[in-house]
Amino acid sequence: MNGVARIGVPMKQLACVVMVLIMVLGLGVASAPAASPAKPKSSFEYEDRIGVVKIKPGGPIHIACWFAVAGSEATLGIDSKRGVEIAIEDRGGKLLGFPIKLTVEDTGCNPEGGQAAATKIASDPTIVAAIGSTCSSEARPGAPILWRAGIVTVSPSNTAPELTSPKRGPEYAGYLRTAHNDKVQGAVAAEFARKKLAVKRTATIHDGSPYSEQLQAVFVATFKRLGGIITSQEAVAPTDTDMRPVLTKIATGRPEFIYYPVFIAVGGHITRQVKEVAGLERVYLMGADGMFSPDFYKAAGEAAIGMFHSSPDFSAFAGGYRSFLEKHQKKYGGKPLSVFHAHAYDATMIIFAAIEKVAKKAPDGTLYIGRQALRDALYATKGFKGLTGTLTCDAYGDCADPRIAVYQTTADNVKKLVMPDKPFWKPY
Amino acid sequence: MRQGIKIGLIGGIIEVLLALVGMVEAFSQRYIISDVISMGQTLLLVVAMFTGYLAAKRTNRSEPLWVLANSLISGLIIGGLLSLLVILGSMVRLRAVFINASPDLFKLLTFNQGIGTGILLLLIFGTLSSSLSGLLFLSPSLLRGVLIRSLAGVAMAGLLQDLLRAIFAPWGPIAEINQWFFPINGLTVQGAVSLFILIAAISYFWRKSGSKMKTSLRRLPPTNQRVLRITSSFLLAVILLALPQILGLFLSEVLTIVGLFVLLGLGLNIVVGFAGLLDLGYVAFFAIGAYTVAVLTSPELGFLNLSFWGALPFAIVAGVVSGILLGIPVLKMRGDYLAIATLGFGEIIRILVLSDFLRPWLGGAQGIAKIPRPSIGSVEFATPQQIYYLILAGCLLAGFISWRLRDSRLGRAWMAVREDEDVAQAMGINLVAAKLLAFATGAGFSALSGAIFASKLGSVYPHSFSVMISINILCLIIVGGMGSIPGVIVGAIALVGLPELLREFAEYRLLVYGAALVAMMILRPEGLWPEAKRRQELHREEAPEIESASGAASGK
Amino acid sequence: MRQRWEESIKVTDILMWLIGAAILALIVSGSIATLAAGRYTSRHWFDFIIFGLAQGSIYALIAMGYTMVYGTLRMINFAHGEVFMSGPYTAYFVAASLNNSGFLDRQPIVSLLIVFIVSMATSTLIAVLLERVAYRPLRNAPRLVPLITAIGASFFLQYTFRGLYGSGFQAYPTVKILESPMVIGGFRILKFQAVVIGAAAFLMISLYTFIQRTRVGKAIRAVSEDKEVATLMGINIDRMIVTTFVIGGMAAGAAGVLYALMFKQVHFFMGFVPGIKAFTAAVLGGIGNIPGAMLGGIFLGLVESVGPSLFLDGLGIVAPYQLKDAIAFTLLVLVLIFRPTGILGERLAIKKA
Repeated sequence: MNGVARIGVPMKQLACVVMVLIMVLGLGVASAPAASPAKPKSSFEYEDRIGVVKIKPGGPIHIACWFAVAGSEATLGIDSKRGVEIAIEDRGGKLLGFPIKLTVEDTGCNPEGGQAAATKIASDPTIVAAIGSTCSSEARPGAPILWRAGIVTVSPSNTAPELTSPKRGPEYAGYLRTAHNDKVQGAVAAEFARKKLAVKRTATIHDGSPYSEQLQAVFVATFKRLGGIITSQEAVAPTDTDMRPVLTKIATGRPEFIYYPVFIAVGGHITRQVKEVAGLERVYLMGADGMFSPDFYKAAGEAAIGMFHSSPDFSAFAGGYRSFLEKHQKKYGGKPLSVFHAHAYDATMIIFAAIEKVAKKAPDGTLYIGRQALRDALYATKGFKGLTGTLTCDAYGDCADPRIAVYQTTADNVKKLVMPDKPFWKPY
Repeated sequence: MRQGIKIGLIGGIIEVLLALVGMVEAFSQRYIISDVISMGQTLLLVVAMFTGYLAAKRTNRSEPLWVLANSLISGLIIGGLLSLLVILGSMVRLRAVFINASPDLFKLLTFNQGIGTGILLLLIFGTLSSSLSGLLFLSPSLLRGVLIRSLAGVAMAGLLQDLLRAIFAPWGPIAEINQWFFPINGLTVQGAVSLFILIAAISYFWRKSGSKMKTSLRRLPPTNQRVLRITSSFLLAVILLALPQILGLFLSEVLTIVGLFVLLGLGLNIVVGFAGLLDLGYVAFFAIGAYTVAVLTSPELGFLNLSFWGALPFAIVAGVVSGILLGIPVLKMRGDYLAIATLGFGEIIRILVLSDFLRPWLGGAQGIAKIPRPSIGSVEFATPQQIYYLILAGCLLAGFISWRLRDSRLGRAWMAVREDEDVAQAMGINLVAAKLLAFATGAGFSALSGAIFASKLGSVYPHSFSVMISINILCLIIVGGMGSIPGVIVGAIALVGLPELLREFAEYRLLVYGAALVAMMILRPEGLWPEAKRRQELHREEAPEIESASGAASGK
Repeated sequence: MRQRWEESIKVTDILMWLIGAAILALIVSGSIATLAAGRYTSRHWFDFIIFGLAQGSIYALIAMGYTMVYGTLRMINFAHGEVFMSGPYTAYFVAASLNNSGFLDRQPIVSLLIVFIVSMATSTLIAVLLERVAYRPLRNAPRLVPLITAIGASFFLQYTFRGLYGSGFQAYPTVKILESPMVIGGFRILKFQAVVIGAAAFLMISLYTFIQRTRVGKAIRAVSEDKEVATLMGINIDRMIVTTFVIGGMAAGAAGVLYALMFKQVHFFMGFVPGIKAFTAAVLGGIGNIPGAMLGGIFLGLVESVGPSLFLDGLGIVAPYQLKDAIAFTLLVLVLIFRPTGILGERLAIKKA
């Protein structure tokens, strides 16, 4: 075979490929005008300090979620995701006549996952706004990345105080949340124990998660300030199942009250096993909203009767919440998995409301949404009637209606697997 | 015949499983081709076609009728099993046990047609898709290859649509073309067809003349070859440097994550791949590197407030020293004893940084935040595109060191220890020094990676250093090819990069990851890019005794 | 050259022993301080030991599966934790329906038996499938390769079960006859703890007798001693390997129900941590050695329960139970420093491990 022929064959094939390529490109260009109309000729103008999302007629309004939907904290994230999905369904999947497109990125409840998911969202210029994150540790690196891209994010379940503290820094300017701040909840629990139950000796347990550790720290500080004694501050791992040894240790301090703001699995184990440890048969038990869910009754069984929970005031969860639960049952075949579904619903709804407020339609039907304007509109949310109460956002993005009440579980609650709906005690 | 039934049953069970774990329904709203075929349907189709193909492959090729019959039967069985699921679902409330057996799923499975017609359609779907792949199997190999590639290409494009959209977004005209292919959700029909033709043409060209091009390259005179090599490595360098600018924000982020894992993988590759010491607690040094930087730099704790560059040497020294400290107690342990002792070490470090006991110094559950980013002069490494260069430098350094070490005296000593400790000792190799140096070098790379990780995130939490990281790194070096330096890179791309790209499939990511690990190891036990020597070994002794020389990592 | 090498061995040996001695000193001084403080009464210590025994016997049962597979295949069956999870998670649905129909209250013993059988059958099925799909094709591959498929299979099983049964957890119904405490010689013990310890002991003893006395057991031992010789003796190696997976699966399934009796909650991730603990227990006892696995499991359970209070409380360390795994692993390293092949490790292990 000679050299010319050897080179010749590929050349022919190459020509074929080039031809095809040109054809495809031609097709693309030919139909491009249909997909991308030329610049609007009218005098329509829309300005925004950071940027504008333009949505062509028929194109979707793209919302992204960054939730922990895989891994150990998946129930929290999936719960929130369902809240968002129901909110979109309630709007008929449409906003201002444009279809809503939802993308969910997994964060895995760790900072590196939060950073990656946020970067992915930030790199997609079609995304109008984000909902998330699930865990506070994800929001710390993630929220600044989103805001650098001009994307505002509303978290349904971050409770760490520093995310909305005045010291948080300008890089968090695009961050809001509908979840309540840990500072409020931990203090309510301590006041309840000291003022209402008048207990003096208390032990606490946390599970090493930032949420749990923070809550018990706030509790301990407030409780000591009110003149109480902390007999011991214990910690377990979220994967632990045998709590009897640590409870036996707690029993040696003879506490009257045990506060354990942990999640459902660990909470269930502690609640059940407290009764099995000598010396702790009569203590008061109290948890927080991380396990205020019907699933907790499954986990704890009858041992949960009589125990206390701090949680958002459900009397504010008006009639809308009941129909939400019905939709949830129909769509997912069960009750909500965790506590922040309603907060996620509200987060979605305040974003929709803000979009409706700032979006402008050009004469050719293109929708313009200003990013700074959207952020400002969200921060200006005031008196919004949501499922979790009346939402008003403050200057640092705390939008929750932080009315935390204390609930007591009755035998009937456990039997029917429904949460108590009347607060046992309110601090206000 | 029997093969057809057997394979059909396996395929059918897989399909039913896919339906019951919820993958079919979850992906039914995402389209590969807009409003024509969803990802969920594609999933069912791919499994059915693969089953049909396998059934055909197991039949004697010279009897085309039998081949067809076998694939047809396997498809019929798939359709039958899915119909069975549908019938069962209509009779009992499957959802009480299987949470994903929702009415929506059955609607999907019956093509929204009610049970009777639905089952008929299911049977037709099964037989049609599998006999199609039977036909595909019978067709001439050139045609088959081209068809399979184009189909797979279209499916991949549909799968990665969000990613493509994100990549091309900043590139005006290309973005427009991309927009034409994927307007909202999935490919357009025209887009799919033209993509199909495009890939078909390219792969036809490649199949026809790819090998010829290779041979003609190989026949070039030596000087030309050298020029070619230099140009190509120059090109590679340029590409490596320009990569983040080309790829945009998100892919650069993925690159940085992959880079961190390459760095970790290179380190573990020395310990496991070169010296054969099975270390399951490798994350410990990653944590030590990250926490050293965090403690020394973060104003939150306020100990020293060093800059990143000031803290970096301390981090690496801390890593190396702890590598040696861990190494000493485990010197005499072998194989799985070593594995569990190191795993324990990794857990101890994680528990200590989490503990309330050390909270005043290490931040406890709240981690350490406000870690400054590295900067040179006034240039700050803040975005992934900038941090990429830092990580690239680290990887190049680690790669260079590994490469030099591998062929050094020490490297040969490690290999000898890996193959047989007792013999190595008898040959006069200083076991203690060899092992401790392996631990120390590996730990140093890991600490470097951890230091960059901490400043990239700006905060460290104990939860980032779980045993899963160690396991993931181990998987990537073995999937890449144990002991092979390019293998580490390939492994990191496959096991860290790909899952990162498919983040939106979160709920099923790990399921697929697990299945892929099993499949990859069964199909390519030597890894994706094995060390040349190891490949020879594996292929020379196809069925050796169990404790052959490849006993490797656990030191026999 | 040789002399220098000997010197360096000595230096590191001394260092190693120093590390060991430091750990020991810490433990002893902690224990003395705790006991001197007198915070815990003998009743507390008794409780700690019972809790540890119950937890430890579950570890021991799972560890038997690890150890037996290791004996025949020389591989870490990393997915064994998922074998353990699959049984009780599936059997939960049976237990729940028995409870709803009231059968559980009427016939608690029969119901428990049914639950045990379902759980053991499921775990066995998963274990056998695992062997067939993930391990058998790799019988002759380098040793780390099956470890990776085991890890892959572990993820796959976890997330498959999650897809099937959901990501939340389920709680086993309470068995009323096992709830109340009983008092033996002034010490209080909960009935189900007694049942868990008793059942685990019974299962372990019968398994051990099976391995030691029966023909199949002897064949399995022969395979784990030397495969080639075993083949020459006419033993079907494949069948024996499957048998070890069957036995391991059954033990794991039974352990799963005991776990469910003790802790009630079952979910898709429940196998991971006990799996790693059991693996630790198997290594602690000397991997490949069945009595060693039992001993290791119980030792580990006791350390987790007693350790934090005994060793750390006296040293004034806050929240000691957070550190219980760190204590367990430190003790593991301590044991391995002085006995590099575990407590009952076979001398053979040096050659084989």
